[in-house]
Amino acid sequence: MKIVVQTEVFDLGAEVNAMSHGRTDIGAIASFVGLARDMNEGSGVQAMTLEHYPGMTEKALVMLVEEANTRWTLLDVTLIHRVGRLQPGDPIVLVAVASSHRGEAFAACEFIMDALKTRAPFWKKEETAEGERWVDARVSDDTAVARWEKIP
Amino acid sequence: MKLRVLYFARLRERFGVAEESVELAGSTAADLIAQLQARGGVWEEELAPGRAFRVAMDQEIVALDAVLYDNAEVAIFPPVTGG
Repeated sequence: MKIVVQTEVFDLGAEVNAMSHGRTDIGAIASFVGLARDMNEGSGVQAMTLEHYPGMTEKALVMLVEEANTRWTLLDVTLIHRVGRLQPGDPIVLVAVASSHRGEAFAACEFIMDALKTRAPFWKKEETAEGERWVDARVSDDTAVARWEKIP
Repeated sequence: MKLRVLYFARLRERFGVAEESVELAGSTAADLIAQLQARGGVWEEELAPGRAFRVAMDQEIVALDAVLYDNAEVAIFPPVTGG
């Protein structure tokens, strides 16, 4: 398991090769790479800055990967999330999941991304022609989010 | 009790503070929110009922009825937007 928060760019090919290097039990590696878009909420994005909560971020990422490990039989997981200032087209996040068969790798990869979106403390601030703006969270089914609705 | 309170992202910018020490009269996360709201201005506005924010204690998200303890690290931040 490799979980990293970093400012540097990552290399999907190198990460996937590192997972399978020297082992023959892996039958499937499903990977996802999220990129910075040049457009959001109808206006152009010139750059974005990703902020996080050092300490909690790493804990949250480990927890959601561990949860994936309890739900599916996984052989390895690599999760890299970048922080700092990024340009449109830059890679933001990488999730790669190795398993014996593709079904578990696909499912766990999607689960980790969905869970990360609502549980890992990262925030995006976009730079547009009209100025800077914090990205608003999207409506989510996360139960941790729902718990807040009953609080006055 | 004394708490170390951290703010992130939009809330850090609006409050104009990243971290502070807070002497809390009550015991729960809701008590802390109420005490901060009583400061008025942006505090009252951003932490008003119905506004979307999260509270974490010791780096895990908690509900507002969570009981805090002396010297706990508490963070208040907007819903997350990573990925």
